[in-house]
Amino acid sequence: MNRATAPAIHLGNLRKRFRTTQALDGVSLDIQPGEFFGLLGPNGAGKTTLISILAGLARADTGEAAIMGYDVVRDYRHARRALGVVPQELVYDPFFNVRETLRIQSGYFGLKHNDGWIDEIMHHLDLTPHADKNTQNLSGGMKRRLLVAQALVHKPPVIVLDEPTAGVDVDLRRSLWEFISRLNREGHTVLLTTHYLEEAEALCGRIAMLKSGRVVALDATRNLLQLTNEHCAQLRLDTETVPLEWQGRLLRDAEGCWRVNFSDYEELETLLAGLRAAGARVLELHLREPDLEDVFTDIMKRT
Amino acid sequence: MNLPPSTPHRDASPSTGEQRLGQPGATLARGVSALFYKELLRFWKVVVQTVVAPVVTALLYLLIFSHVLEAHVQVYPGVSYTSFLVPGLVMMSMLQNAFSNSSSSLIQSKMQGNIVFVLLPPLSYLEFFLAYLGAAVIRGLIVGLGVWAVTLWYVPFQLPHPLWMLAYALLACAIMGAIGIVAGIWAEKYDQLAAFQNFLILPLTFLSGVFYSIHSLPPFWQAVSRGNPVFYLIDGFRYAFVGQSDTDPGLGLLVAGACFVAISALTLVLLKSGYKLRH
Ligand SMILES: Nc1ncnc2c1ncn2[C@@H]1O[C@H](COP(=O)(O)OP(=O)(O)OP(=O)(O)O)[C@@H](O)[C@H]1O
Ligand SMILES: [Mg+2]
Repeated sequence: MNRATAPAIHLGNLRKRFRTTQALDGVSLDIQPGEFFGLLGPNGAGKTTLISILAGLARADTGEAAIMGYDVVRDYRHARRALGVVPQELVYDPFFNVRETLRIQSGYFGLKHNDGWIDEIMHHLDLTPHADKNTQNLSGGMKRRLLVAQALVHKPPVIVLDEPTAGVDVDLRRSLWEFISRLNREGHTVLLTTHYLEEAEALCGRIAMLKSGRVVALDATRNLLQLTNEHCAQLRLDTETVPLEWQGRLLRDAEGCWRVNFSDYEELETLLAGLRAAGARVLELHLREPDLEDVFTDIMKRT
Repeated sequence: MNLPPSTPHRDASPSTGEQRLGQPGATLARGVSALFYKELLRFWKVVVQTVVAPVVTALLYLLIFSHVLEAHVQVYPGVSYTSFLVPGLVMMSMLQNAFSNSSSSLIQSKMQGNIVFVLLPPLSYLEFFLAYLGAAVIRGLIVGLGVWAVTLWYVPFQLPHPLWMLAYALLACAIMGAIGIVAGIWAEKYDQLAAFQNFLILPLTFLSGVFYSIHSLPPFWQAVSRGNPVFYLIDGFRYAFVGQSDTDPGLGLLVAGACFVAISALTLVLLKSGYKLRH
């Protein structure tokens, strides 16, 4: 592969089996430099396994993986230097404080005098006030920030984040995304997995959906959003009962409103006509455009 | 923000670190030194537990055994029992602590999950090996020196063969450091590691002539002892202090050297295969 034109991340027909589970079942994917890419999928879909293979934490049974044109097995030194991974598990080394952790991590990448950059990452991730705290005494969100900082000590051109916002408060989420978006604007490639689909919708230019180790959807986010024509209407009625033929379709939500999914507006007209005929009055009506969550649910159902 | 010029673009090398470092040799040295440094810092932060405690333990052994046996046992002519015992205790402490350093560091990292911090960077299996081994050797030597230092209250300073001592000390710590790496990688829980320690390491060290000369054993157990590599380590190490031994210290060094080569080869094969580290 020509390195100058190589994708930032290349996966070629990756397969990986854990005893009885086929975690990856032939995944092929190319992510171009500078992309903000989302990898979505339900629990156990194989997202972490895919990332582990990229990072050299796991070995694929067959297939190939490369970072910036460097094969992750044959050319692991270059590949790993080009990659920063924020692991899904909240891990830390209780022997060290925040600054020591970052210095040591820099050292593993051969960087001796990295304090300038370390200070900067700590600043952007709001870790500076905690620099001398032992990692054991950090809150969960702080530990998560430290993991992000550790992944960035060597300024990797490719950044992979495995559910970085799981269990993280709104403030950190916002500042984390600001920081990561900024890195992305400056040219870093970002691969993100998350279960917060609104996050993925807002941030990712392209998205792949994984199910049982297979890619079941892969497209630009705005194209994916057009995949489904499921709309949702929320109605408040002056009655407790709805016409018989709509009872399966109309669902009561927690606020006492009725929800209905429909794919074209004629259906909605029929519904409203049916309600009028039954003597029910519509007090409120809200329409919601389909979002990534609808698309995701739809695709997972269909495949 | 101050990102390196053009790092992330497709036309630039992704390896900014390497550009600054130049030689691959330099990368190796720095990668090793960072991991080595981290391992040293790790045990130094809990020095009471990792150095002071084993020195105190050895001192207790010395007080009890020498008090009880000093008047009754003389192993070599002209050598008091306490003088005989001290090198054995120093060696035993070195063996146990070198083993304990690499094995407990690895199992803790695996259990906690922070082992990924050393698996994600571009460190080779050889660098990994050298760093953990180096730190284990240093811990063993520090504890050994500590034990020796406190025993100087009880026995006069005496070291006719300092080079033998150094060679045996280094080899012994290296062998146990490497076994510790294997144990730390293999064990998945603390009790598995404890089993390794209780059923392998402890019998090997106790049945090796720390407290007695194997010549005082019945012939069968003498033969068994000669099959125990730790016996040679203690015997040769003691030779450096008292000038007398059960076997030729040169032979012992050969046995120890062969052991080190074998166990290192095994460790490197395991590390290279990613056994229990990279799934
Ligand atoms: N080390 C392992 N040993 C055995 N099975 C494993 C191992 N790691 C992953 N698996 C299995 O492989 C499948 C994919 O797991 P993976 O962690 O990649 O999913 P995921 O998409 O990251 O899920 P989540 O959203 O919950 O993080 C699962 O069925 C999981 O049980
Ligand atoms: Mg996962």
